[in-house]
Amino acid sequence: MARITASVYSSHIPAVGAAFDLGKTHEPYWQKVFSGYDFSKQWEKEQKPDVIFLVYNDHATAFSLSMIPTFAIMTGPEFMPADEGYGRRPVPPVIGHPELASHIASEVIQKDFDLTIVNEIDVDHGLTVPMTCMFGKVDAWPCKVIPFAVNVVQHPVPSGARCFALGQAIRAAIESYPEDLNVQIWGTGGMSHQLQGPRAGLINREWDNEFLDRLINDPAGLSKMPNIDYVREAGSEGIELVMWLIARGAMADTRGGPKPKVAHRFYHVPASNTAVGHLILENA
Amino acid sequence: MSLDKEFKEIPGTIIFDAEQSRKGYWLNQFCMSLMKAENRERFKANERAYLDEWKMTEDQKQAVMARDLNAMMALGGNIYFLSKIGATDGKSFQQMAGSMTGMSEESYRDMMINGGRSIEGNRKIGEHGDAQRPNKDK
Repeated sequence: MARITASVYSSHIPAVGAAFDLGKTHEPYWQKVFSGYDFSKQWEKEQKPDVIFLVYNDHATAFSLSMIPTFAIMTGPEFMPADEGYGRRPVPPVIGHPELASHIASEVIQKDFDLTIVNEIDVDHGLTVPMTCMFGKVDAWPCKVIPFAVNVVQHPVPSGARCFALGQAIRAAIESYPEDLNVQIWGTGGMSHQLQGPRAGLINREWDNEFLDRLINDPAGLSKMPNIDYVREAGSEGIELVMWLIARGAMADTRGGPKPKVAHRFYHVPASNTAVGHLILENA
Repeated sequence: MSLDKEFKEIPGTIIFDAEQSRKGYWLNQFCMSLMKAENRERFKANERAYLDEWKMTEDQKQAVMARDLNAMMALGGNIYFLSKIGATDGKSFQQMAGSMTGMSEESYRDMMINGGRSIEGNRKIGEHGDAQRPNKDK
């Protein structure tokens, strides 16, 4: 049977992708960011996941205002890195897992999560930057990826509680898939940042670290935090952090299993306008 | 059910909700058009003529030509869409974000390196933080 072995949480800052693509990773400013992923690259080499279920958001790239799906699962076979106005990132195409993705869609829709199903889409930095952080420079990504997009651009966006429950449904769906697959689930975006208005540049280090603590130790309690708290405390774009609760909801302890092991934790300010957060939790 | 009114009580912040989205629909869709190189060229060659092809209000067009991001946000723009204008102009996201604060590019960058803008005094309109916007925070 397919099983979820670990969850990974990471910011997905576009400037980090640009720094990597332009060969700036050893500049002191960026070295501090990339050093947080040294452990993770080695860890991925040992983990050898077959599939990553990757929760991210599109940033007015593939979804304009003409279509705004709250939750969208990508069931297609291949996804190109998007041209976001600066040309496509020089990273490999993302290879999907249409069979598993369709299975998950079928299962969770029947549990009343009304997903949008997408077969053709380009994926933006929200997806490709965490891939780069975790795998570095590669000719081909070492595993398949099921992209899963969440609307965190136009309010109301889904609540933490809804995301957490969705993660639990995704976990059940993955574990009912008959093929023996090592699956990771990633939650991306955040941490505190605000990209607009006179409050741009907001960082809330204390709040971010408490979020990490609670994500590890009290995810069900954390999932009840209202969206206004994210926006007020972590900035208008800090609301992306609700996506981390999808990944957290898919861990074994949310259904009575053992608590996950913290394999890695990293926090750094700043990368461009944003606080970088990164966490790896392993199922026991 | 409308959004919690507390969303409107955060200083220096415009929440992109259904109402802003409706107001800013064509402004944002114009921005999306700048994802294509040929459209960027046409826009740069004659901004006014290009903007006149879109069902935008005159205020929105003026705000775009003035590159006034705060005005564009107030008129329904969303920062991820508006960033396409910045990309067309060769600006980084940090330059764009900084331009909305009234700070110089250098002092904004220094603020970020020193840990970013503090939350203290910036949670609610009427507090005494550095992000309180005079024309909104009455």
